[in-house]
Amino acid sequence: MSDYKSMTAAEIAKAVSSGQLSAVEITKEALELARTEGKELNAFVTLCEEKALKQASELDQIVKDDRAGGSPPLPLCGVPVAIKDNISYTGYKTTCGSHILEGYQPPYDATAVQNLIKAGAVIIGKTNMDEFAMGSSNETSYFGPVKNPVGDDLVPGGSSGGSAAAVAAGIVPIAFGSETGGSVRQPASFCGIQGLKPTYGGISRYGLVAFGSSLDQISPFARNSEDLALAYQAVSVYDPNDSTSLNYERPNYTKALDRDRKFRIGVPKEFFAEGLDAEVEKSIRDGIDRLRAEGHTIEELSLPLIDQSIAAYYTIACAEASSNLARYDGVKYGIREGGDKSLAEMYAETRSVGFGDEVKRRIMLGTFVLSSGYYDAYYQKASQVRELICREFESAFEKHDLLIGPTTPTAAFKFGEKIDDPLAMYLSDMFVASANLTGSPALSIPCGLTSDERPIGLQFVARRQGESELFQIAHAWERLA
Amino acid sequence: MVSPAQTKEIAYEPVIGLEVHAQLQTESKIFCGCRVSYGEEPNSLTCPVCLGLPGALPILNKQAVEYAMRMILAVGGQVNGHSVFARKNYFYPDLPKGYQISQFDKPIGTGGAIQYRVDKGEPQCCRLIRIHLEEDAGKSIHPESGESRTRVDLNRCGTALIEIVSEPDLLSPQEAYAYLVKLKQILQYLEVCTGDMEKGHLRCDANVSVRPVGQKELGTRTELKNMNSFKGVERALTFEIERQTALLRAGGEIEQTSLMWDEKKQVAEPMRSKEESHDYRYFPEPDLLDLTITSEWIESVRAELPELPEEKAERFLSDYRIREYDAGVLTDSRELADFFEQVVALFDDPRTAANWIQTEYLKTLNELKLSVAEFPVRAVQVAGLLKLVSSGKISGKMAKTVFAEMVSRAMSDQQRDFSPEGVVRDLGLEQVSDESALALIVDKIISENESQVQAYRNGKEKLFGFFVGQVMKETKGQANPEVINRLLKERLGN
Repeated sequence: MSDYKSMTAAEIAKAVSSGQLSAVEITKEALELARTEGKELNAFVTLCEEKALKQASELDQIVKDDRAGGSPPLPLCGVPVAIKDNISYTGYKTTCGSHILEGYQPPYDATAVQNLIKAGAVIIGKTNMDEFAMGSSNETSYFGPVKNPVGDDLVPGGSSGGSAAAVAAGIVPIAFGSETGGSVRQPASFCGIQGLKPTYGGISRYGLVAFGSSLDQISPFARNSEDLALAYQAVSVYDPNDSTSLNYERPNYTKALDRDRKFRIGVPKEFFAEGLDAEVEKSIRDGIDRLRAEGHTIEELSLPLIDQSIAAYYTIACAEASSNLARYDGVKYGIREGGDKSLAEMYAETRSVGFGDEVKRRIMLGTFVLSSGYYDAYYQKASQVRELICREFESAFEKHDLLIGPTTPTAAFKFGEKIDDPLAMYLSDMFVASANLTGSPALSIPCGLTSDERPIGLQFVARRQGESELFQIAHAWERLA
Repeated sequence: MVSPAQTKEIAYEPVIGLEVHAQLQTESKIFCGCRVSYGEEPNSLTCPVCLGLPGALPILNKQAVEYAMRMILAVGGQVNGHSVFARKNYFYPDLPKGYQISQFDKPIGTGGAIQYRVDKGEPQCCRLIRIHLEEDAGKSIHPESGESRTRVDLNRCGTALIEIVSEPDLLSPQEAYAYLVKLKQILQYLEVCTGDMEKGHLRCDANVSVRPVGQKELGTRTELKNMNSFKGVERALTFEIERQTALLRAGGEIEQTSLMWDEKKQVAEPMRSKEESHDYRYFPEPDLLDLTITSEWIESVRAELPELPEEKAERFLSDYRIREYDAGVLTDSRELADFFEQVVALFDDPRTAANWIQTEYLKTLNELKLSVAEFPVRAVQVAGLLKLVSSGKISGKMAKTVFAEMVSRAMSDQQRDFSPEGVVRDLGLEQVSDESALALIVDKIISENESQVQAYRNGKEKLFGFFVGQVMKETKGQANPEVINRLLKERLGN
């Protein structure tokens, strides 16, 4: 079974559901990799060994009991999967990479977790992340940074660095992170794998610990488009427990992969703005040329408000975060400091000790932009800008099926390079944040390497509910590459 | 310079606006499926949503929306087709999310008015600014002696509330009281809130200021909190109006602040300034969609609105031809009005029924401190009793005895027959109307009282009552008075 690392999720599911491979064996292998390579990378906060092995043996039993093959195979049967440590899974702690939640164990499963289990996936562990998903390098985790499998000194990107590293290192073929502003596409780009930020409302947020509620989406990583489509299909289910979950019939994404469609692709010139690394730009431009050569229509366009997206994004995300993180107050769960002092002192001490610097910075920023006298100038204005960006995207999608550009302005940077310069760190999200603001689906796919062999990510953005187009273009791209 | 004596002469008038929170009696909480109930094991009626656990999300309860719509429509307000939930951010241990989901600049209802009367005066009107939906917080249970920790019970957390905000149209504590009574009556008629202020199902904060009579602009207001009865609101307002007036007369200034009413001490004391200096940082709740209410939905709720007190009283006047005052009393609560109509359906003399219900029935209810629903003697028994009187089986006076016995039986042992017929039979109280039997007794009385008969026939007509009394004594009060009157007149002649 030494070829586990090179197997796709689709191959594993097929092999397990036909009885050729045992889910328990596969699970053990994945757990062993997580314990060894995963530990090297610091990719996991918790391994879910007990439940994973139980799930796997149940799957083996189901396969055994169904020799005749009467029931349809589970799409992710026996596929080891990792989930970011901000997704609730009963029986294991959910830390969000923070000290403040120490000891907290959710008494319920996220809807996405329920759907994964229904699809036959085996959840082997919970991955390391920037604290409360706030960070672009995984350096803000209370549990230490995750290393990029591409190179020890490189950040894996953030905030879903652990999930990205686990997939890139071959520990699992599929992992889930979450996006608020590029937290899956950016690490996918840095680690040389694929990441999809779905349409807002595509995957239920129920059980995903909130950061910026109007932006948050659980988002999958995989090493190829078929696995990515399988992963998304399994969890993209309408959920009445999430008011923002979209109720519409999802197409069969994997079936549509092979359709040879020629797309009208728009190239916003704002995606090639100042700050874009020359090597990255060249690689992306070459990629675009190859798509043109394949018969796709390529057209330049201008979406000037993309330049405002970082400002709008950080204003809105921080505002929502300041409210979402108010519940960590030392009263109900997690740590409590100064419990013998006054209520106000207990709150202050618990939050001072429990949150890291980046989280505190964003809570303060968010509190400020919502406060009386500043609301109109900041939060309100950012919301208006967001509305305008949405309209700009809508009109772009009247003429184009997809937008294209670099995922990030640079390839993976080094540890310590930006951690003390929040603004520089925030700017690494400059091309990804607009899709979060508009709720559009977007996908990052590897597009060559820099001269020092760091992966470069190419981003496609589609109209809302346009995941099929993203999987198709990704599939077409794989054949080109 | 104005001397104290001169300032004293300025007359001040108060201006009052009320903010009332009413707990909606929905089956489940406003944003989750947890049951709404009182007095259960602390924290037993909770789930990840109302506990505010990380990752849990709210889902709006449609029934809560409809209850709010009922109230808005009943007071003539406008149900807004588009309204928005907003987060009100503040820290408190019984607020597990660190924010309350409420509505801010786009409430579900705007406008409307409450009509009320002070005592039996002319109807007055208080306009409403808005009605909005929100969730209740939990309860902090502060330490009693020997305990050092405050405990938190989140059973109440997430209960649906409407907040009803009035214009500053109320000009005295008595008006505020009358407004609250009316508000409660409407809420109860609509069956959206029990209206029980003692249990906290209804809560009221009052904003009050005073100004010299004749002045248009409002004075600086203070906010009164922590009143737990309507009378408490009236007393707190009276106290605060006197305080503000005295302060102004002494040349002082009113500070805009919040005051806590202390019912035991009968004083309102300022809250510590820290407790009130909140910047709630309202912003639209991203976890909920904007609330869209179609005109069809509004009309379907309107169509199902129950008859309100005034309409009901009007109808009672025209349908039953009872007195206006009686109609007012009988429509005081929906259950009493329903009770009256149930009795009238079985006993076709509305005036008699109205009298009886207002006297004997309500008196007994008050004595026993029971509601109509809790009282075991039902409309069918009351109607039966009234029929016994109207058919002459028992006298009106006896009916009181029979009713008392019915109640006592019903309260002590409902297995026992407490029907009016059964009680009359058991007590042997049936009225004697049989003429031949009564004629014998009348004859006997006449023959035994010859001197009085003579005196009567000589013109001492007052003695007629004496003969009636004698017959009643002989029959232990069970004789039908009409029959006796006739027989006596026949025999005594003029």
